[in-house]
Amino acid sequence: MRIAIEHQIVHRPKPGRPTMVQMLRLTPENYDDQTVANWHIDVDCDARLRRGQDGFGNAVTMLYIQDAPETVTITATGEVLTSDAHGLVRGTTETLPPALFLRATPATPADAAIAAFAEEAISGADSSLAALHAVNAALHRRFASDARSSATDAAAAFASKAVGACDLAHIFCVAARSLGVPARFVSGFAALHDAATATAHCWAEAYVEGLGWIGFDPSIGLSPQERHVRVAVALDAAGATAVSGEAWRDVALVDEAAQ
Amino acid sequence: MLSRTASSLYWLGRYFERADFIARLVEATVRLDVLSPRSAGLAAWGSALAVTDTASAFAEGGRELRRREVARFLTVETCHPGSIVRCVDMARTNARAVRTALTREAWSAINRAWLHFEAKPAADDPTAVLGLVEAVKNETRGFEGAVHRMLRNQTTWFIRLGQAVERADNTARLLDVKYHILLPAGERIGGVVDRDQWTTILQTVSAVTAYRWLYSDGLKPANVIDLLIARTELPRSLAASVEETVDVLGQLARRTGQHGEADRMARLRANRMTKTRSGDVIAGGLHQFLEAFIQENAQLHGAIGRQFKFA
Amino acid sequence: MRTPFLRCSMEPEHWGERNDRMGTIAAFDEIMGAAGKDMPRPELSALQRWLDHTPDSELRRRQQSAEATFRQLGITFAVYGESDAAERIIPFDIVPRVFLPDEWARLSEGLVQRVEAINAFLDDIYGERKILRDGILPPDLIFGNPQFRPEIAGMRPPHGVWAHICGIDLVRTGPDDFFVLEDNARTPSGVSYMLENREAMLRLCPELFRQFRVAAVDSYPDRLLATMKSVAPHGVAEPTCVVLTPGHFNSAYYEHSFLADSMGIELVEAADLVVDDDIVWMRTIAGRVKVDVIYRRVDDDFLDPLVFRPDSMLGVPGLIAAYAAGNVAILNAPGNGIADDKAIYSYMPDIVRYYSGAEPKLKNVETWRCREPEALAYVLDHLDELVVKLVDGSGGYGMLVGPTATKAQIEHFRAALIAEPHRYIAQPTLALSTVPTLVESGVAPRHVDFRPFVLTGRNGVEVTPGGLTRVALREGSLVVNSSQGGGTKDSFVLLHPEPESWVQVQGQQSQIQTQGVR
Repeated sequence: MRIAIEHQIVHRPKPGRPTMVQMLRLTPENYDDQTVANWHIDVDCDARLRRGQDGFGNAVTMLYIQDAPETVTITATGEVLTSDAHGLVRGTTETLPPALFLRATPATPADAAIAAFAEEAISGADSSLAALHAVNAALHRRFASDARSSATDAAAAFASKAVGACDLAHIFCVAARSLGVPARFVSGFAALHDAATATAHCWAEAYVEGLGWIGFDPSIGLSPQERHVRVAVALDAAGATAVSGEAWRDVALVDEAAQ
Repeated sequence: MLSRTASSLYWLGRYFERADFIARLVEATVRLDVLSPRSAGLAAWGSALAVTDTASAFAEGGRELRRREVARFLTVETCHPGSIVRCVDMARTNARAVRTALTREAWSAINRAWLHFEAKPAADDPTAVLGLVEAVKNETRGFEGAVHRMLRNQTTWFIRLGQAVERADNTARLLDVKYHILLPAGERIGGVVDRDQWTTILQTVSAVTAYRWLYSDGLKPANVIDLLIARTELPRSLAASVEETVDVLGQLARRTGQHGEADRMARLRANRMTKTRSGDVIAGGLHQFLEAFIQENAQLHGAIGRQFKFA
Repeated sequence: MRTPFLRCSMEPEHWGERNDRMGTIAAFDEIMGAAGKDMPRPELSALQRWLDHTPDSELRRRQQSAEATFRQLGITFAVYGESDAAERIIPFDIVPRVFLPDEWARLSEGLVQRVEAINAFLDDIYGERKILRDGILPPDLIFGNPQFRPEIAGMRPPHGVWAHICGIDLVRTGPDDFFVLEDNARTPSGVSYMLENREAMLRLCPELFRQFRVAAVDSYPDRLLATMKSVAPHGVAEPTCVVLTPGHFNSAYYEHSFLADSMGIELVEAADLVVDDDIVWMRTIAGRVKVDVIYRRVDDDFLDPLVFRPDSMLGVPGLIAAYAAGNVAILNAPGNGIADDKAIYSYMPDIVRYYSGAEPKLKNVETWRCREPEALAYVLDHLDELVVKLVDGSGGYGMLVGPTATKAQIEHFRAALIAEPHRYIAQPTLALSTVPTLVESGVAPRHVDFRPFVLTGRNGVEVTPGGLTRVALREGSLVVNSSQGGGTKDSFVLLHPEPESWVQVQGQQSQIQTQGVR
């Protein structure tokens, strides 16, 4: 499938803080079932962009702006070709072993309620793969989706009714890790409702011995197929987010997916 | 040099100079009030509060205007920024932040001044107060000496810039508050002033001897005003502080190769100052002159911050 | 887990806790030799004579003079949690601790070997991870450990040096029996005390330096600067070096400023630095200046909010990007915490063996890892002799001190051990050495420990001939922690009586002489 993406981020820097330093994870990379046909990141003011790689092996772009105007618009555009691999992720650059992804983080703490939920969800599953699918489906059934909601951590999100895609991915990671399965957070784009329009999205991956990393998207209760464009992975959202930087605290962030 | 370091040095200069000034003011006030055969009484303490711009802070605490209260308030009280202890503390905080730039001698002087207050000294009777301010003055003198023995580099110039700007402000305030004593309403200018009163002023700026050297025609308010405004021989006069500011900025410009807004403002002010005659100032309104001076000094302070990117 | 600020301070809180357990077995006295002897070790008889001939009152006067100087110089540490942010000085003891030339030579060899292994381990664990492939360490020990920082995996510091400045904490039980208590490969502090204590001794007890040939320590700042310059990014001819401090409210600020001062480089805070185009700059009154080497005294968490804690106001956004791009050297390298972690400690002998290919010259305190069945069996049999503690515990929480524990406590621990053996380790109680120390009643033996400082640059490892000796001032106490009555001493390293070497002499000459031999 050919997915066209135009993703726009608008910052309004606080007055008196004209320097902006941000780390962007907005560049998808090639692997077995994903080919990037073309890709650009543009900024609508004087800026320096530097390509690099973070500890998880994600492609990052450092953005440096010295005299930021009132608004700064970052636009990522491109086309990506995908094919369906039933969630299997093959041919990626892995800098860290799966064992690392058993670790809890501030956003994905070990949580008894989530662990109990996972235990219950997997009853009857005859393989790890089946168990993970069961957890994924159960999460999808349990929560109403609220794209704008975002909790501080998975435990808090689990206690609420409506959660965002990010929260769901976090909860999935905690659930899988509670079962002894390495799991990680994925950020990227997905054309979920309309094949022509991909918007920012996040989901999770779990590691199954013998198979490798497999995607699970609790927002749809299925594994990603060909409508997902994978950009970055990490232990939780903090390490895979599209924009790390003052956007978190100092600048208004308007995240708009383009048509 | 780091902008932050420059800023700390400058503020260190300002605060330690201010501590010195308040110490002198308190000392002179004690003398005027207690040690003088004709006690000036509470009025002297009231005007000490006015000079340090702390009258309202003093009143806010519901304090009664008593000499012991005011003496405490100006020396060891930590609840407002206009006391010696707070100025010394701020000076030391800035000094700690730039410890690397100072010599041990300079740092030790500030730290010792701070240690005097760490011991929670009493300030309840004139002897204790005088002892305390004497101790502070010793350290500020020691600091002054240490600064002069430091390398003639940016570190020294920023401290001295802070001192010069602060000194100009202090002397202007002192004159502004006390001018009604020098020029009592309804009295002919040049009349005889209260000997103790003007001695107090001269003591506060350590100018008693200087006065005798420079003026042979006795104790006249016009002379005192002339000395404090226009005589560059007196280090604490407005003219001397203004000149020092230009010099120091010039030294910095030579090191950094940068001229800026602050240089221009300071030079302009100095040019005007050389043409200023104290007689004209008195005729044109001393209070108005001083008010304008204090304001201009504050603007120069702002320009310095911008030029050296203090932020 | 320690708090990041304590990490930089003089006060590793667990230090005392560790020593506390080491019983009160008759100890080796470093001056007098075996306990209870009234004749000193022959090489140190001069020191004994000095103690005999100098009246206590004179010693006390000198000690007070030194402390007055420290107070005046502001060599203080802030005690956290005290309402008025009290600043204290650490008590200074006038009687030096002395290492003989041969003892020091052997100790140094062990330190060099250990620090080389630490560097090799860090380079490997963030790179190829051969040590895991070869099965020397259990992988979960690394990957489950928060001190292993995935954020910087794959990044390599310039010249492959990770632990540039190490402080190795040691205790001693006999002339050549040193045990490593802890490796400090992050931001070890205390070196300013080493230097200031020496300066005080030179001023107050010059006669000792005539009687003994003491190795000079005062070139430490020069060596540190040389180390910094040696690891500058490739192609930088005249590197700009800075010391990065959390700020003057940090308890170890004096040391940060002291080091920057004595190296003649800028002491910067995060707000003074800005990253642009993957290059680090500092803000000066004349505009930006490029920075090449940063000796940071800031914890990893607070280095760069884009990579580590996003809420950190102390960090420099983009610093890790500049580091990853190879444009700046950071001392010590980010991620080093994995090398000095408690859980790794018991594997250090294996790590040393693996990378050096030789037997470790410095011993660990013997440690039984209760995750191993044989060790567990031994520990359960000897609970009344051992100290048992949680691998991930701190501050004495979850610790059993066998020799002083009640029966009930021992039984309680037996149950806990059987339930979760992997969470515990056990160690024997050691008889910590003593050194004569001036106390209220006169000169008496007190327990000490030792932190030497080891520098690693592009050209190799060197041990500073001296270090920080901490002394428990209370009789019988093993707690050297200064907040609990601990003090410091100067540490003399004696030289062989040869004319050319690092001699500490009084005043200016030391500079000339040390320069002559380097």
